[in-house]
Amino acid sequence: MKPAAFAYERPSSLDEALAVLGAHGSDARPLAGGQSLIPMLSLRIARPSVLVDLGRLSELDTLRLHDGVLEIGAMTRQRRIERDPLVRDHVPILAEALRFVGHPAIRNRGTIGGSLAHADPSAELPAVALALEAEIIVRNSQGARTIPARDFFLGPFTTALRDDELVVAVRFPTLRAGTGWGIAEIARRHGDFALAGAVAVLERRQDGSCTRAAVALFGVGTRPLRATASEQALVGRPLSTDVLREAAALAVDAIDEPLSDVHGSVSYRRQVTPVVVRRALEAAVQRATA
Amino acid sequence: MQLVAISLTVNGQPVTAEVEPRMTLADFLRDQLGLTGTKLGCEHGICGSCTVLWDGAAVRSCLALAAQADGATITTIEGLVADSTLHPVQQAFWDEHALQCGFCTPGMVLTAVALLQENPNPSEAEIRETLSGNLCRCTGYQNIVRAVRVAAERIQSGRGS
Repeated sequence: MKPAAFAYERPSSLDEALAVLGAHGSDARPLAGGQSLIPMLSLRIARPSVLVDLGRLSELDTLRLHDGVLEIGAMTRQRRIERDPLVRDHVPILAEALRFVGHPAIRNRGTIGGSLAHADPSAELPAVALALEAEIIVRNSQGARTIPARDFFLGPFTTALRDDELVVAVRFPTLRAGTGWGIAEIARRHGDFALAGAVAVLERRQDGSCTRAAVALFGVGTRPLRATASEQALVGRPLSTDVLREAAALAVDAIDEPLSDVHGSVSYRRQVTPVVVRRALEAAVQRATA
Repeated sequence: MQLVAISLTVNGQPVTAEVEPRMTLADFLRDQLGLTGTKLGCEHGICGSCTVLWDGAAVRSCLALAAQADGATITTIEGLVADSTLHPVQQAFWDEHALQCGFCTPGMVLTAVALLQENPNPSEAEIRETLSGNLCRCTGYQNIVRAVRVAAERIQSGRGS
């Protein structure tokens, strides 16, 4: 099917884009990489009156390290992030997570801002942002505000963004030396949306006991979820196989509004949640050093 | 009806046009430029048969608006080689029987070309991961993967065929 007709704006600057969004409100949708929005237009799931193409906003295509934070502009393509040495050195879990996002052709066009703003419950990047406690910088023509990841993702394809706001950047705290991290997901085919996925970040002491744990789930709830029961079962304990297994089993407690569709039922996703959590934790333990 | 002016390069040639905003790049290439080598398999970004090269990178042309391609350099399967010879990837597909109906083939070839430009010596696992976004209903993929390995070896050793 072909998209329904829409009016098209092609602003040359962020200020211009924000002015257009401010003028049209909920009738307008921003277009970033288009890898999620354009199929929705083609399937006519989305029918905006106005499409605001952000493709000329090169000022949002940035990637820089400052003050222990990796700040990435919203229009930065996923493929660039996947391969950038700064990402590999300071937030390597982001590069690894991107290997699961669609396929290389998708990542050549898809952007990080678009992925976060789209907030697909089965997507990897929102879960990484949640696990790392990233901050999402949004702007409208009146000014800017900073939204912590835990307050940003509200429900399926629903974020804290107002109609006239754009994500302009996301800030990831860099991982401390010795931090272990892992990501695991179950999908029918490589590149498909996850039926269940987990992101794990761990820090440990010399004696092997865990000092910090963050576990975020994706694909199992209406938004990415922190498995706080799992995290609490890890901190202060030795990171043994039994402890990991026990912590992984507790992850299902986090699933308050379960996801279900033709690809995976509620009970299937719930059943495999501990599996992906355990795999992510095992990978994190392998990488963690005191 | 709003029309958007675009100016881009397609297979080495400058192209200017006015397009409806909702026209995808795939439809523009096929219907307005007559370059029907780019195929429409699913039109929602799953099958990869619409793959073209955009500034050298593999991109799904059904997931781009023609309007977005203003200023871009696009290569379709027709523009892979300037004359009537075959690119080493195409020759390898032929030699290894990596196509049957040929519908997925332009997308497969361009995806492989982009891979080899970035990674001239990919492992089988890397080839499979890169091609996992291109679906084939005929071949069962084995010969396609082998063809990409053969092409990589030939390009590296300086031979096209």
